[in-house]
Amino acid sequence: MTALINHAPVLLIAIPLLGAFAVPLIGKLGRGARNTFVGLISLITAALAGLLAATVFGHAGAPSLYVMGGSQGFSLPLPSGLSVPIRIIFEPDGMSAFMALITALITLTGAFFSFSYWRERSGGTLFYSLFMLLTAGIFGMELTGDMFNFFVFLEITSISACGLIGFRVWLKHSQEAGFKVMALYTLSGLFVLLAIGLLYGQYGGLNIAYLASTLTGSTIDIVALGLLLVGLALKAGAVPLHMWAPDAYGEAPAPMSAVLVANSQASLYGLFRILFTLFGLTVSVATLGWILIVLALLTIFVGVTMALIQSDIKRLIAYSAVSQIGYMLLGVGVGLAVSVAKPDFGFVAMQGGIFHMLNDAACIGLLFFASGVIIRATGTRDLNQMGGLAHSMKWTSILFIIGAFALAGVPPFNGFASKFLIYEAAFKLSPFLAVVAILSSILLLAVFVKIFQAAFLGPRREALMSEVPIGMMIPMVALALVVIVFGLFPGFFVDKIVTPAANALWYGRDAYIGLVLGGG
Amino acid sequence: MSIGNLPFVVAALLVVLGIYTFLFKRNLIKLVIGISLVETGVNLFLVTLGYRTHAIAPIYTFAPKAERMVLPTPQALTLTSIVIGLATTALLLSFAVFIYRHYGTLDAGKIKELRG
Amino acid sequence: MNTGMSIIVRTVTRLVYGLALVFGFYVIMHGHLTPGGGFQGGAVVASTLALLVVAFGAVGVKGHLNRHLLQTLEEIGALAFLALGFVGIGTAFFYNLLANSGGLFGATVPIGPNAGVFAAGGTIPLMNWAVGLKVMTGIAAIIIAMLVGSRKEETE
Repeated sequence: MTALINHAPVLLIAIPLLGAFAVPLIGKLGRGARNTFVGLISLITAALAGLLAATVFGHAGAPSLYVMGGSQGFSLPLPSGLSVPIRIIFEPDGMSAFMALITALITLTGAFFSFSYWRERSGGTLFYSLFMLLTAGIFGMELTGDMFNFFVFLEITSISACGLIGFRVWLKHSQEAGFKVMALYTLSGLFVLLAIGLLYGQYGGLNIAYLASTLTGSTIDIVALGLLLVGLALKAGAVPLHMWAPDAYGEAPAPMSAVLVANSQASLYGLFRILFTLFGLTVSVATLGWILIVLALLTIFVGVTMALIQSDIKRLIAYSAVSQIGYMLLGVGVGLAVSVAKPDFGFVAMQGGIFHMLNDAACIGLLFFASGVIIRATGTRDLNQMGGLAHSMKWTSILFIIGAFALAGVPPFNGFASKFLIYEAAFKLSPFLAVVAILSSILLLAVFVKIFQAAFLGPRREALMSEVPIGMMIPMVALALVVIVFGLFPGFFVDKIVTPAANALWYGRDAYIGLVLGGG
Repeated sequence: MSIGNLPFVVAALLVVLGIYTFLFKRNLIKLVIGISLVETGVNLFLVTLGYRTHAIAPIYTFAPKAERMVLPTPQALTLTSIVIGLATTALLLSFAVFIYRHYGTLDAGKIKELRG
Repeated sequence: MNTGMSIIVRTVTRLVYGLALVFGFYVIMHGHLTPGGGFQGGAVVASTLALLVVAFGAVGVKGHLNRHLLQTLEEIGALAFLALGFVGIGTAFFYNLLANSGGLFGATVPIGPNAGVFAAGGTIPLMNWAVGLKVMTGIAAIIIAMLVGSRKEETE
């Protein structure tokens, strides 16, 4: 058991990779064997993520170290006496463990949802191979402590995500979406690589802790920061770089849209890691914080207003997913802007922003799964042609209402808990921020009422499916349980899970650096 | 004669040319070529980071003694980047093939069915 | 791409592609001592296949290659790479258990410039072979899918 805990960071990446490479061989044995294998790998990965989170949160979010290919003492002593860390390390701390929990939840429910969703299609073996590559890539982005390793996992997720978007080659819109999204993801990856090259050339190291200890605020550092900000904000989907997001989330198969949201959140995590741990206080955090706040306000507002005018159900939910990314940016941006003086409301803002990542992942997952069921039941994606599903699909309508109200911030669901923290803290910084955030939540509620009225209410029409099959319902019920339980006991979960993550970002920079440089 | 900053200038020029091609050309294959140019510029930049003046290649087999060697780490980074670029270009080109089959054209101005 | 090129090109290709294959395998196998390695050698071997497709045309090549065999070899290469990563899991993932141990590929590595000891390096030459196998079959599959023909192919 101790060995499993010690090796958990790398097993979280190695086991999905093993699954991805072995699925085509096992797929030759038939569909049942393949589904069992994929389900087993997903369960093992989720269990390992839970184990890692329990270990890290048991130490109050302190970082731990895993060295790839070497024993714990891995620094290379040079003749001049300087000691340089040279191996690739994984350094999971509180924030990484939190993101690993989110990814495990979304990929587990997505895998089980896709078992019944893909029943009538063919070509499923390569679909699961790409899906597990994407899982491995997202876990890698969240656990690594080395900048170039982060770039490699970023590109792995880009390539497999675009492969999944364009997977259904018989639909022409998915090919167009896949091309556009791949081109933008590649450019974002190249900007990140350019920034990593600049930092390496200046300081001679790729390790995040080593770079953080030797960074000064020179011009090259500011240029690298700008490139990293543009690259990672493009991949996360912040306005004005969000053009790919509605195509990507809208054209992917329904279980994959939720995993793509987890992908965007992972690059948002990368942005937070770079801003808080890599650069820290060596650059002007007030300016950076306000840049994040401006981006957040634009994202929240543009996302919701574009969602109002859509008539395609998946693009509508995609735009609301884009606007929720803005709430996370707002919470953490407020925290960054005041992180010199560190008042209390800054910490509350960080808690709100980070908690909203988990809530948003669960709610958006639930909404995308429900939209997949609706599309399967009515055979169309146009809201004007649906109607009357509440007569025959009672469970789906209840689950949809839970997801929609939770995302819009209605108590007693979990969206209200995290959004209330964000409103409270943003109001203390500047009342205008809280006003925009609250207005956009109300608009979002209006958007979801529109979907509900168009799809579920109204006279009964011909439905292609009587009620959602049990295989699709269990993942949705699991996510709905997460939504309800986290909404009824928010204080408990914030203390246990979110506070160590926020601590790791706000106070944890010295511990992060000291673990690598002090001990090794 | 030393080469000074010339490789860095060439790398920056390649990146700017690539971004210009990506933004202002309409044929899909030319967009892919533009992305490829940006990748080439970034790779050249990475390799040049390791260069030290009058140093030899970092190979120990039959190496002359008492010579300085260039840094090998940027070469490993560049190799990884080339592999990633290969996978990216292959995926982009297969999407272009399928777009041509569905839409009948490769003009980016006419492939705009996803709007709004 | 359906017909090949002229007879001069075809004759020269028949003479040359064996040498090119040997060169590709040399780059894979000698990767831990001289420039090269898994990806580089695999790309050379796959471009030999591209040379054959260009010289002889799609019709000349189509009968000789089995796509399912290529896919199976690709997966074996990938699984072998992961298995080699798990060999040293007692200490860490990717730990080089065989280096300096006297067993397979376990000769001691001399320090400084030397004449190149082939049997040194531990798991690294084995990983080179695994990656080389995967890359050569993977790029060959891409080339066949794009050049040789997927007219009647939808998803399988």
